[in-house]
Amino acid sequence: MPTILVEVMPKPEILDPQGKAIANALPHRGFTGFSGVRQGKRFELSVEGEVTEELLESARAAAAEMLSNPVIEDVVSVTVAEDQ
Amino acid sequence: MSAETPLIAGDPTPQAAPLSGARIGVVTFPGTLDDRDAARAVRLGGGTAVPLWHADESLHGVDAVVLPGGFSYGDYLRAGAIARFAPVMSTIITEAEARTASPLPVLGICNGFQVLTEAHLLPGSMIKNDHLKFICRDQVLRVENTGTAWTSQFTQDELITVPMKNQDGQYVADDATLKKLEDQGRVVFRYVGESPNGSRNDIAGVTNERGNVVGLMPHPEHAVEAGYGSDDATGLREGTDGLTIFTSVVSSLTGGNA
Repeated sequence: MPTILVEVMPKPEILDPQGKAIANALPHRGFTGFSGVRQGKRFELSVEGEVTEELLESARAAAAEMLSNPVIEDVVSVTVAEDQ
Repeated sequence: MSAETPLIAGDPTPQAAPLSGARIGVVTFPGTLDDRDAARAVRLGGGTAVPLWHADESLHGVDAVVLPGGFSYGDYLRAGAIARFAPVMSTIITEAEARTASPLPVLGICNGFQVLTEAHLLPGSMIKNDHLKFICRDQVLRVENTGTAWTSQFTQDELITVPMKNQDGQYVADDATLKKLEDQGRVVFRYVGESPNGSRNDIAGVTNERGNVVGLMPHPEHAVEAGYGSDDATGLREGTDGLTIFTSVVSSLTGGNA
């Protein structure tokens, strides 16, 4: 069964307090060499049957209108992942 | 239970002049916490509180609406993002944006403010506090706009103290929106003293262009009754600065002049 993946990230100009806290914590576990972290969201929309262009358009609309808030977030991608 | 537990006793005695029937709806979403406190604040302010249910499109003829604080839908997706699509919200959005002489007054407190931004009734949005901690404390605010339905009985630049408790309280908006809000005097409440959460321009609450919709992060409904309010100069828990929000809207609805 295919899945539509929607990825949402905080806008570049919006401070990401969670990402900042993670970036600060990484060196404590020895993970050095990362100068920054930004934390986003990934949604997996399961589809029964085939992903039609219509369904993909509907996913894009859902991503823009509900899964993200355009004031603070960008929809980075809406893609189809086929079964493994 | 002794007789000394007035918080859960019957209707409190209104402190404002008896009204003339201002009916103010208080919405309950799944996960709302402060609806009972908000209803009590409405009654103390001289209004009649009418419970409204998220799944019911009807506003049952109320004259104004309060969206109280809490964690509607567990803050899933984003704070307020799912509540915004509740049936009751479609009606509230339509009536709040109605091009009539007196569109529906709506107040969003904390999570209610988040719902109003998600519903695009107010600009901007809230992200996590810059320090990432849940905060719970009394907060001093400056009332910078007394022209709204909810603030008419404050004096300009009056300082008030009300409780504040949230994790996603950092107000953000793009520069153009912030400039517009400032130029049009639509910042209603501003944090005084050290910023509690990193909000842009220390904004604690804003209004829409017509002044009928107001949202703020702190909790005026928790400072409406001496003995159970915020700490202030008059003593511990004695502060009742939040009550003026509720007397203001009752006054606006009943034709009173501030």
